Amino acid sequence: MVAHLLRLRLTMLGNGLRRSTWQVIGLVLGALYASSVFVGVLSGLAYLGRRDAELATTVLVLGGSLLVLAWWFLPLVAFGVDGSLDPHKLAPYAIPRKDLLLGLALAGVLGIPGIVTLLGVLGTAVVWARSPAAVAASVVCALVAVATCVVGSRASTTVLAPLRTSRRFREVAGVVVFLPVFVVVPALGWASRELEADRLSFTEFGVIISWLPFGAVWAVPGDVAEGDLGMAALRFAVAVGVVVVLVFTWSRALDRQVGAPVRGGTGGARVRGLGFLGAVRGSVVGAVAARCLTYWVRDPRYASSLAVVPLLPFLLVFLDAGNGTALLFLAPLAAFLLGWIVSADVAYDHGAFWLHVVTGVSGRDDRLGRVLAAGVVGLPVTLVFAVGSVWWTDRWADLPTVLGTGVAVLLSTLGLSSVVSARFPYPVPRPGEGPFASPQGSAVASLAVQTCGWLVLGALLLPTTVLAVGAVVTGTAALGWATLATGVSSGILWAVVGLRVGARIYDARSPELLQQVLASR
Amino acid sequence: MIPVPALALRGLAKRFGDTVAVAGISLDVPAGSFYGIVGPNGAGKTTMLSMATGLLRPDAGSASVCGVDVWAQPLEAKRTMGVLPDGMGVFDRLTGAQLVTYAGLLRGMDRATVARRTVDLLAVLDLAGAADTLVVDYSAGMTKKVTLAAALIHAPRLLVLDEPFEAVDPVSSSHIRQILAEYVRTGGTVIVSSHVMDLVERMCDHVAVVAAGRVLAAGTVDDVRAGRTLEERFVELVGSPHRSEGLSWLHTS
Repeated sequence: MVAHLLRLRLTMLGNGLRRSTWQVIGLVLGALYASSVFVGVLSGLAYLGRRDAELATTVLVLGGSLLVLAWWFLPLVAFGVDGSLDPHKLAPYAIPRKDLLLGLALAGVLGIPGIVTLLGVLGTAVVWARSPAAVAASVVCALVAVATCVVGSRASTTVLAPLRTSRRFREVAGVVVFLPVFVVVPALGWASRELEADRLSFTEFGVIISWLPFGAVWAVPGDVAEGDLGMAALRFAVAVGVVVVLVFTWSRALDRQVGAPVRGGTGGARVRGLGFLGAVRGSVVGAVAARCLTYWVRDPRYASSLAVVPLLPFLLVFLDAGNGTALLFLAPLAAFLLGWIVSADVAYDHGAFWLHVVTGVSGRDDRLGRVLAAGVVGLPVTLVFAVGSVWWTDRWADLPTVLGTGVAVLLSTLGLSSVVSARFPYPVPRPGEGPFASPQGSAVASLAVQTCGWLVLGALLLPTTVLAVGAVVTGTAALGWATLATGVSSGILWAVVGLRVGARIYDARSPELLQQVLASR
Repeated sequence: MIPVPALALRGLAKRFGDTVAVAGISLDVPAGSFYGIVGPNGAGKTTMLSMATGLLRPDAGSASVCGVDVWAQPLEAKRTMGVLPDGMGVFDRLTGAQLVTYAGLLRGMDRATVARRTVDLLAVLDLAGAADTLVVDYSAGMTKKVTLAAALIHAPRLLVLDEPFEAVDPVSSSHIRQILAEYVRTGGTVIVSSHVMDLVERMCDHVAVVAAGRVLAAGTVDDVRAGRTLEERFVELVGSPHRSEGLSWLHTS
């Protein structure tokens, strides 16, 4: 039975690869990248192992702990846990629980992340090349560590599975859980600068982690290498205990999950009235804009982008070197983020886009409506951020420059997005998925389209950028006003050109566009 | 003079890679008819209807609605058509009322008419209580019904419905059938695809049997079934792959 489950998993992996060339290319590139990074890291560690075994252990413990935590919690946030062997789908087959557990766990290793983790963790044995006993310990611990990762991810997702079936939880968790990252990273940077005086040393920190459930297993080979077998046995006991507890938890949760019926979201959200659509008097452009605005607020894939915007000022304040230069990027950065969302608009609609095709919405109405919705959000944000950033840094002389750049970025991005979303819809999370769930094997296609888009955008913005840099560096007022004039006029130009071209492309190939977004998953 | 058919397909063809989905279909749907399209899974029904409604560009052939070519004059052709596609999803972050309103506004209708008809449609389709609920929280049947409302809002002359009764409960289903029958009685034309033969036999006056991307038989229901039930005739036309001896080991006695 276990063999059956594994074969099923391998078949699915193979079929998935056969379906998409992009995925194969992505896989190969990813493998090359990962292996080159990994060879570098390992040779560094091997060097460290010869020079300073204690430091090598600390690095292993910290790095390994991060890996375990990522396995445990990332699937919850990104909801990217591999669902191809969903216990629900297997429930009708009455598989003995022991076989199911073992099969699912081994199948969990048999994905791309699992294989990479397994090879990587086994590779850490090179650190102890001089001590055969430690190498042996390292190999055993590698297996325990991979089990901790895989079983832990199964346990965490299975335990929380009942919650995850509710739409509201998925949406809120998907956005909220990711936000701390934007706060924690700058905060850590700040803390590391402030707390240098009475710091907890790196090694002491590593020692504490090495007793925690996710860190113990990584310290065992180091103990063996140093000949401290008692310590090694203790930590190994902790590590194995963790796996046992995880298996037990997972098994219990699995029983509950397989026994319980599949539920949809409980209780529907009710919204009074027509919202933005109620304000439309009877124009197609207005209807499209109102619908898009509704989505900006209500669809987590848009809302997550919106949620990042208020955090941008904090991020830039922390990144700032002290003279306020970083904050000058606030308005253009926010303008870009908001404007670029439109480039994924049709892809976000997914199949629902048929309504636009079947009602014969013209390219002009469709493009303009989407851009208006983004503009209604983007323009005030850009203006407020522009004024706010010069007020905070007290650099009022730079206001025309910042305003000009911000408006240029917003309008040019909107124009370019209108073309991109009509011609090159790149794969995005589908409706109802978490905002950070990346669609299977789409990373390369999506990255290629977006990178090309950004290069073009850079070219469109070149005149404004040159003037803006000149204005900020030389502090010449005239250059600042020239930036404003150039920014606004070039922005309007590119917005109009983008809308026109986008509309023409849309009119020529809206049915093809529908089939394209339907096919991409 | 021959009246202009509500939908006329001429040599419509589509292939996806090596698979021929529709292999040259020609079909006339007379104005005022209640036309059923039946066929086994994968027969090309959805592909054919997608090409007829402007959602999928055909490789060859043409489709015209009330004499207007769908692919040469798409805007005019689309104005006269109401469409319910199968399995494409809807804007489900809108409430039922918002979705129907949106469909009306996209058709370029004025606000007052849209508002009045939205209320009527939701009431008739028994969705008034769920008007303010997000469509994502609807059941499959309710989603079908609200999409049907969106297809009806501009009072089209031709309705093209792909699998309209799938996942719809019997009460709602008979309700929808009444609405469609009334619509046909007052001069509208309805095309439905289905694989429930009984339903098509009772509901439709015309039927086309489609299999492997071709029309095997088309005409009035009585002509096509030729004295037998539609199901018997269908199995005969399509050909049953099953051997009669079947699964002897399944016999428990």
